[in-house]
Amino acid sequence: MGSETVHALRGVSIAIDRGEYVAIMGPSGSGKSTLMNLIGCLDTPSSGTYELNGHNVGEMDDNALAEIRNREIGFVFQTFNLLARSSALRNVELPLIYAGVGLEERREIALNALRDVGLADRVTHKPNEMSGGQRQRVAVARALVNRPSILLADEPTGNLDTRTGTEILELFASLSAKGNTLIVVTHEENVARHARRIIRIRDGLVASDEPVA
Amino acid sequence: MNIFSEVREGVRIAGEAIRGNMLRSVLTTTGIVIGILTVTLMATAMEGLNGAFRDAISFIGTDVLYVDQREWFIDSDKRWDAAAKREKITLAQVRAVERGMTLARGVTPTVMHGIESVRFKNRSSSMVMLIGTNEQFLTTGGVTLTAGRFMTAMEAAGNRDLCVIGWEIAEKLFLRESPLGQKIHVGPESLEVIGVLEKRGSVLGQMSLDNQVVIPIGKMFRGFRWDPSCTIQVKVADPSHVEAAREELRGLMRKIRHVPPGVDDDFAINQQEQLLNQFKKVSAVIASAGFFITGLSLFVGGIGIMNIMFVSVAERTHEIGIRKAIGAKRRTILLQFLIEAAGICLLGGTIAVVIAGGMVAIARNYLPRVALSPMVILLALAVAIITGVVSGFLPAWRAARMSPVDALRNE
Repeated sequence: MGSETVHALRGVSIAIDRGEYVAIMGPSGSGKSTLMNLIGCLDTPSSGTYELNGHNVGEMDDNALAEIRNREIGFVFQTFNLLARSSALRNVELPLIYAGVGLEERREIALNALRDVGLADRVTHKPNEMSGGQRQRVAVARALVNRPSILLADEPTGNLDTRTGTEILELFASLSAKGNTLIVVTHEENVARHARRIIRIRDGLVASDEPVA
Repeated sequence: MNIFSEVREGVRIAGEAIRGNMLRSVLTTTGIVIGILTVTLMATAMEGLNGAFRDAISFIGTDVLYVDQREWFIDSDKRWDAAAKREKITLAQVRAVERGMTLARGVTPTVMHGIESVRFKNRSSSMVMLIGTNEQFLTTGGVTLTAGRFMTAMEAAGNRDLCVIGWEIAEKLFLRESPLGQKIHVGPESLEVIGVLEKRGSVLGQMSLDNQVVIPIGKMFRGFRWDPSCTIQVKVADPSHVEAAREELRGLMRKIRHVPPGVDDDFAINQQEQLLNQFKKVSAVIASAGFFITGLSLFVGGIGIMNIMFVSVAERTHEIGIRKAIGAKRRTILLQFLIEAAGICLLGGTIAVVIAGGMVAIARNYLPRVALSPMVILLALAVAIITGVVSGFLPAWRAARMSPVDALRNE
């Protein structure tokens, strides 16, 4: 790494309300990944502030951030990021384990979450025994299992074929309809159009921020 | 997340990781196996040695005080010379002690004298220890009879021509016959055997306690040693008041021998404890040398564990990223890898204990006293776990401190 400091984001000011379904768009190098890391509390801003539910995330230490991620953020990644050695159930249970939920309760919650994404019959399967669409559903179940404030998806359809990609987007639409807050980071226009608001980032700045027509 | 469920989760993850890399885990743990094996065998050997020594000196008795001219252990030439100039302990002094002691159950004068052999007909036993004493030796000497009887007070005082022989002498001189009533030749004397002592074994396989002949002390004075210094054996009445008896004995001896106040004792009161202390000093030296070597092999094994844990952390960087994104705290990740390292070492420790158990089982054919005690097993496993935690700490700390963004980027 060089010694020169590069500001990936400069002067981005956004407010997202509870229950919104927002797409963040931008070409590679635009700073949208950095924005996603900040929103997901994986990183803290070097300057400026990020408030989540009234808490200033920028001032939190590692452990507090971990707790916030556990309770407030549900991640869905392009490459699914499931634990390869663990079953679907174990993967979905993981956030509950870190939240300190007891064995029987978390088993019940995890099974319900898997049923909600249509995988009740894939509970004991390991990721490599499932299709890409199924894996992403496990990831969505895992993301939602702690009832987070935000479901944060990073190119959620990037590794899926068109049909399964559409399925995932339909799942998102139904989650949004149930009142979940969704933020999808993508560079695909047709993915972004499923959201109700699109924020476009270019060169570390907000280029546009408008509702989907 | 409470620490209990964190540990349980850590154990589960570590178990998966170790099983997933079984061959690697076993190979890595070889160093620990060797280290723990040495720990276990060292500790077992030390236990055996201590036990053997305790057994060996048990004939001295924990509740018997031995008043001698000299201390059993003298650590300087100067003190040795001073002790050699002390007045002898006479029979008259022994009698005065016997009269004065209130906390004693038995007071016996003894004089030892090694002689070349004792004979019966054409058979003989060599290197025999002759013990001149009186009837109370049965109380103070920790001996019991297997046949016949011990001398009476009358016989002891009358210097009768009789003796009580050790088990080994009875075997050698009389084979299967009864020695009672027979006369054996002890130096210039011809003595009637009136009793045989029960078998007592030997001190560390060297000095036999059964190659002894016990005679009235007057016989010793007249026939073998002219004007010797006696050792007074004092059997303490209440074993829980050895210290009080020792103090009484000391005061009495000082009075009897007219030691003025402020002057050091001109005699010594010895007891088993001194032998034990001396032995502990020796065994501590052996143990520390042994454990130093053991420590080295554990150190080498620990480096191996540290190395493989760095590999494990590097391999699972992405997994660490996922776990952190989902809410794992530093402590959780740290614990996970510490438990994995401890688990690998525990695996090694268990293998080592099993091997040690096999070796001890084989050794028992030759050394029946050797045994793998639960204490030693516990110690071995604890050392294994500690080694794992210590050597796994640096890799685990590195894993715990990873930034989730960087870790997730690592595929």
